[in-house]
Amino acid sequence: MAKAAVKKAASAQAVASVERRPALAGNDVSGPNVKITVLPPAERLSLRAPEASVASLSRALGLTLPQKPKTSASKNGRTALWLGPDEWFIFDEAGGDLLADCAKAKAMHSAVGVSHRNVAFAVSGPGGEATVSAGCPQDLSLDAFPVGASTRTVFGKSEILLYRPAAYTFRVECWRSFSDYVFTFLKDAARDAAV
Amino acid sequence: MSASFRISGKGRLTQARTARFTFDDKAYSGLAGDTLASALLANGVHLVGRSFKYHRPRGILSAGAEEPNALVGIHRDAARKTPNVRATVQELYDGLTAVSQNRWPSLSFDVGAVNDVASPLFSAGFYYKTFMWPKAAWKSLYEPKIRAAAGLGVSPDLPDPDHYAARFAHCEVLVLGGGAAGIAAALAAAETGLRVILCDEQAELGGALRFESGSTIDGRNGWDWAQAAIARLVAMDNVRVLPRTTAFGYYAQNFVGLVERVSDHLQSPDPDLPRERLWQVRAKRVVIATGAIERHMVFADNDRPGVMLASAARAYLNHYGVAVGRNVGVYTANDSAYAAAIDLKKAGVNVAAIVDLRDNPAGSVIDEARALGIEIHGGRAVVRVGGKLRVNSMTVQPKNGGGERTIPVDAVLMSAGWTPSVHLFSQSRGKVAFNDEVKRFLPGTYAQDCISAGACNGTDGLSACLDEAYAAGAKAAKEAGGKAAKPAKPKVEASESWSRGMLGAAPGAGSGTTVKAFVDFQNDVTAKDIRQAVHEGMRSIEHVKRFTTNGMATDQGKTSNMHGLAIAADELGKQIPEVGLTTFRAPYTPVTFGAIVGHARGKLFDPTRRTTTHGWAERNGAVFEDVGQWKRAWYFPKEGEDIHASVNRECVTVRKAAGLFDASTLGKIEVVGPDAAKFMELLYTNPWEKLEVGRCRYGVMLREDGFIYDDGVVGRLAADRFHVTTTTGGAARVMNHMEDYLQTEFPDLNVWLTSISEQWAVIAVQGPNSRKIIEPLVEGIDMSDAAMPHMSVREGKICGVPTRLFRMSFSGERGFEVNVPADYGEAVWEALWAEGQKHGACTYGTETMHVLRAEKGYIIVGQDTDGTVTPNDAGLDWVVGKKKTDFVGIRGLRRPDLLARGRKQLVGLKTKDPNTVLEEGAQIVADPKQPIPMKMIGHVTSSYWSENCGRSIALALVAGGRGRMGETLYVPMPDRTIEVEITGMVFFDEKGEHLNG
Amino acid sequence: MLLIHCPYCEEERPELEFRNAGEAHIARPANIVAESDEDFEKFFFIRANTKGLVYERWRHVHGCARFFNAVRDSVSDKFIMTYKAGEPKPKKLPGAGK
Repeated sequence: MAKAAVKKAASAQAVASVERRPALAGNDVSGPNVKITVLPPAERLSLRAPEASVASLSRALGLTLPQKPKTSASKNGRTALWLGPDEWFIFDEAGGDLLADCAKAKAMHSAVGVSHRNVAFAVSGPGGEATVSAGCPQDLSLDAFPVGASTRTVFGKSEILLYRPAAYTFRVECWRSFSDYVFTFLKDAARDAAV
Repeated sequence: MSASFRISGKGRLTQARTARFTFDDKAYSGLAGDTLASALLANGVHLVGRSFKYHRPRGILSAGAEEPNALVGIHRDAARKTPNVRATVQELYDGLTAVSQNRWPSLSFDVGAVNDVASPLFSAGFYYKTFMWPKAAWKSLYEPKIRAAAGLGVSPDLPDPDHYAARFAHCEVLVLGGGAAGIAAALAAAETGLRVILCDEQAELGGALRFESGSTIDGRNGWDWAQAAIARLVAMDNVRVLPRTTAFGYYAQNFVGLVERVSDHLQSPDPDLPRERLWQVRAKRVVIATGAIERHMVFADNDRPGVMLASAARAYLNHYGVAVGRNVGVYTANDSAYAAAIDLKKAGVNVAAIVDLRDNPAGSVIDEARALGIEIHGGRAVVRVGGKLRVNSMTVQPKNGGGERTIPVDAVLMSAGWTPSVHLFSQSRGKVAFNDEVKRFLPGTYAQDCISAGACNGTDGLSACLDEAYAAGAKAAKEAGGKAAKPAKPKVEASESWSRGMLGAAPGAGSGTTVKAFVDFQNDVTAKDIRQAVHEGMRSIEHVKRFTTNGMATDQGKTSNMHGLAIAADELGKQIPEVGLTTFRAPYTPVTFGAIVGHARGKLFDPTRRTTTHGWAERNGAVFEDVGQWKRAWYFPKEGEDIHASVNRECVTVRKAAGLFDASTLGKIEVVGPDAAKFMELLYTNPWEKLEVGRCRYGVMLREDGFIYDDGVVGRLAADRFHVTTTTGGAARVMNHMEDYLQTEFPDLNVWLTSISEQWAVIAVQGPNSRKIIEPLVEGIDMSDAAMPHMSVREGKICGVPTRLFRMSFSGERGFEVNVPADYGEAVWEALWAEGQKHGACTYGTETMHVLRAEKGYIIVGQDTDGTVTPNDAGLDWVVGKKKTDFVGIRGLRRPDLLARGRKQLVGLKTKDPNTVLEEGAQIVADPKQPIPMKMIGHVTSSYWSENCGRSIALALVAGGRGRMGETLYVPMPDRTIEVEITGMVFFDEKGEHLNG
Repeated sequence: MLLIHCPYCEEERPELEFRNAGEAHIARPANIVAESDEDFEKFFFIRANTKGLVYERWRHVHGCARFFNAVRDSVSDKFIMTYKAGEPKPKKLPGAGK
C-alpha cells in the first residue's frame, strides 16, 4: 500500500521541492597544514546482508563489497566501507540511486537510506592525521590505517565513520546533530596540528 | 648585587641574552635559558618561600622536578595566575612575574611563622587528635582556619583563558627520560626505522650530563654529545623528541600519559599555541630511563635557605654559570658531593669544608678534593646549621659525639646518595625489590612490556648506563618488530661514577622535641614526626605516611620517601623491606586540570545536539530546555508572556486549532528483513504479525524482569519493514537492547536494525485543523479519514520531498507526524507554519507537549515509570498480547511480586482546591495525622496546570491505586498538607472523540 | 585504557570503542515461560562475579558493533582471549598456567 502511494506520487505532477539546507554548508576552514571541508550532500546507504547475498548485491551496486575488516571498495564515485561482518556503509558522490540499485538484488538484505543522517568532512593536508588523532584513539599511521582503510570509531565524545581515500585525506562522517561538535573539535584540533 | 653570582666563563648560557623579571615586585635580570631558580640564585636570592605548616623560610633545594620548597606563583595577567610552580622548572622569559606564597605580610617577615615556635603543638597527627570535638566544628570552624593558615598558593579566580590540546599517539618504542641512558636507548631503537618517541621533562635533553663535567662520549663532552645525538634524532622522520614533557602516568598495556608544556616558557606565546598538550601514547615497548634523584641529609635545620642538594649546586654552576654561594660547606655520605665541591673550587668559590659521615672516605675524587686544598672531615656530622633567612654557619661534630666546631658558610651542599626513580616502573604495576647491598629499591618483577635502563635500574657509571640503555633500546625495538640495530653504540671515554650513601636520619637529627630535621620539606615532616608515629603505634609505612603526611605533598616524596622509610624501619627495629614501600601513584608531578580536560571545554565539553528547526525556533523566540544532549524548544512565548501564559495559550490553541511541534529527537529504528515481525513480537509486548502494512501501533518494550523499558509508535511500512520510534532519552539504549537480543539470543532471525533517528526530521502537527494544514502540501497520499485513519502511516511527498507521514497523536487531538529527510526539515517546517497560520495554529514546545499528553493520561517512560513499573501498574495491560508465548519480559511479568496485590499503580490525582498544582515527586499518605515518619503510599509523577481543564491535574503512582478511586489522600508539604482525590488518568475528552475531531 | 582484540575486526582496538555487557554464557531459556521462579532468578538476577578468570560479554559498539565474548582476569584486568558470540567457552586458554 505504501509502495503504491510512492509510485503514484512519482507519476503526479511534481511540485517544486523546498530547498535542501545541509548542516554547516560553506563552513570550510583552511590552515597551513590542514584543511577541513564540509563535503556536499551524498547518497548514503546502510546495507546489511548475510555472506550469501554479497555477490548478488555487489553486482547490483556495481562494485565488489569488501569483506575484510577495515577495508573499502570504490568505483565510479561510489564507495563501500566495511563496517562489520554483515554491514556496509555505502556512499555515492555521483548522484547514483543506491536504494534503487539494491532493490534490483533478489538476495536477502536490508537497505536503509541514510543520506541525510550523516554529515561528512574532509580533513586534508599533512596535519590531517594529527587533527583526527586529537580525538580518535586509533593508530592512524599509514601502516596501521592505509589508504582505503575505513572504520567506525570515536572522535572525542562523538561516534564517527573514518575513511582514508588518500594518504593526506580523511573523510569523517558523523550524525547530523553531532556535526557541530565534530566540526568545532576538528577546527580546534587543526589549530594544534602544526606539530 | 645584580647577577653578581654569575661566574664568567662558566655555564652554557649566552651573557648577552638577558631577560628581566620580578620576584615579589623586585626587578631582577637573568639570562635566556635560565630557570627562575637559577636566575634568582644568580642574583643571590635563596629565600623564595615559606613552608606549608610552620611557615619556615625556605630556599631552593634542587635544580629539577623533584623540588619541594621553591614553589612560587607565576602571574602573567589577571586570569593567568599559576600557583605552586616549581622555580626550578619554570623557564625564564623576559617580563616574567613571580610571587612568593604562603606568607603574610612579606616573605622575610611572616606572621604565620609563629607556628614554627609553637611547633610542639603541631606534631604528627595533630590535626587528627586536636580538632575532633565537636564533630560539626571540623567543617565549619577548624578546617577553614587550618586551610587558611597552612597551604600553598592561591588558585586563580578567573576562568582559564588558555587553551589546551590533546593527541593520541602510537609508537613502537617510547623512551621515558632523555638523559644519557634515554638518548642511547632512543638512538638504538630509532636506527631500526620504527616509530620512537623520546620525552623528557627538561627544556633541553641531557639529564645528569647537564652537571656532570667529567664525562666524555664519542670524543666530546657529555653534554655536547647529548645535544648532537638529539639533533640527529630530531632529524629522523620516525622519531618524535618531546622536551618539556613529563610522563606522569603509566597505565595498562603500555598506555602512558605525557604532558607537554608548550608555551609556559614563552614571553608572548602565539595565541594559536596551546598552553599544554596531553599526549596519550600507546607504545609496543617502553624503555624507562628516568634516572635517579639525589637525597638530602637529615639533620637539624636542614631546610634553611642556602642548604641544597650538591648536584643542584653543580647544575647551577656548570649549566647556568651560577655559584650558589661564595663560601660553601659540603655535607655528604657519598662521593658525588665531592665532584660539586671540586667544580666550585675550580670556579673560584671557596669550599670551607667537606664533612663526610663516612669514617675514612677514600678514592680518586676524595684525593682530587684534597689536592685542591679542601678540608675534609671524615667520620663527622653536621649537627645543625646557623642562620634563619639564609644559612650562615654549619656546626660539625664527630658522629659519635664530642666537641663541636662551627664553620661559617653561606651555602651547604648535601648528598645522602641517589634514589633510583622507579615511580613509572611502579605505576606500571611492576614490583620493586630491595637490593640490600646498595640499599635501593630497584625494578624487580615486570608487569608490562617495558624495560628499565640506567640509573633508574640501579646501574652506576655512565659507561655501564649507556651500554645497558643502548641494549635496552635495541631489544625493545626488536621485540616491537624492528630489524636488528647496527652497532653504533656510543663510546664512553671518561665518566663519573658513584653509588651508596645513607638512608634515614644523620646524627644531627637529634631526638629532642625542638629539633627540626626535615625529611619531607614540602609537608614539614621531621625525623621526630616519623619516630613519633611509630611510638604511637603505626607499624606499616602506609600508616606512617598517612599519620605524618610524609610523601603526600605535591612532590610525592621524591626526596623524602626513602629517608622516612629508613627512620621508621630503624625505630621499629626491622629491615626496610619488612616495613614496605608506599605505592607510587600517578601523576608523577602535578598535572593541570587544563591538560586533562584538553579540548573538552565550552562547546566541546559535551556535544550539543540541535534539531533542524533550532535556528527557526531561536529566531522565533523559543526558550529551550536541555533534554540529555539535545536542546529542545520548551515554549514559544509571545511578547510579554511568561512560561505559564505561553504554555496555557499553546495548550488551548492546539486543542482549538492546531500546533506545530518538533519531535525530531525521538529515536527511530528501521527494522528490516523477512523475520522483522517475528523479531518485533519478541522485543515488544504487543502482537505485530497481524499489523497491516500502512498501520501503526503503540508498542511497549520490557526488560526481561517485566518492567517497562521503553515505548513508542511503530509503523509497518512493508511486510518486512517497520519504522520504530523510541523515547528521546531511550534512543541509544533501546538500539543496544535490540541489537543485544538479535545478535546473542535470536541470531538466527533474518532481520537487521538501522538507526534512522537523524535521517528524518519529525514535525508533529496536532489539533483539529492539522489535516487542513498538511493536505495542500502533500502529494500522493489520500489523507481522508477513510483512507488514512488514526494510527496509520503513508509514504509520499510533502513540499516536493519524500515523507513518511504518520497519523498518530500524543495530544489526544487529530494529529500527524511529518517525517522528512533532515536537510529538508527546516524548509518543510516553514511551509507547514505558513499553512498553519492560515488555520490559527501555534508552535509549541516540550512543556505544552507534556501538559497535553498528561491531560489524556498518556505516560512518559522515565517520568511516570521508574524501572519498577509493569504495564499493568501503568494501566496498560492492553498492550500485552495475551496469546503470545514469548517476548522479552514475559516470564518476568509472572514473578510473584509482580502479580501481588497492592502494587503501586498509576492513577490520576485531582487536588481538592483546583488551583493548587502539586509538586512532582511529592509523597502521598493516607492519614496526615499519623506520627512521623509517616507511611508513604505513593508519589506524584507528573503535575501541571491544565488550562484546557481549568484546573490542576496530576498523575501518581499509588499503592493499590485503581482500587481507591474517589478516595481522599494527602500530600504533606513543608508548609501545608494538600488534599487530593484519586481519579482516572484521563482528564480531557474521556471518550477520545478528539482523535477524529 | 585497555586494548581489546575484537574477534570480528581481527585486531586490537582501544577500549573507548567498546562497552562491557556483563557475564557471558548465560543463555535465555528457550521456553522461558516454563521456568520456575528459582530458575528465573538464577538466570536473570544471579551473577558469579568471580575473582580471577571471568567470562564476559563485550560489544564493539563504536566499531563493528558486534557483541563478542572475552576471558579476562578480574584481578589484573588483563584479557586472556576474546571469541565470537555463540562460540562455546574455550577449552584451552592461551598462556594458561602463567
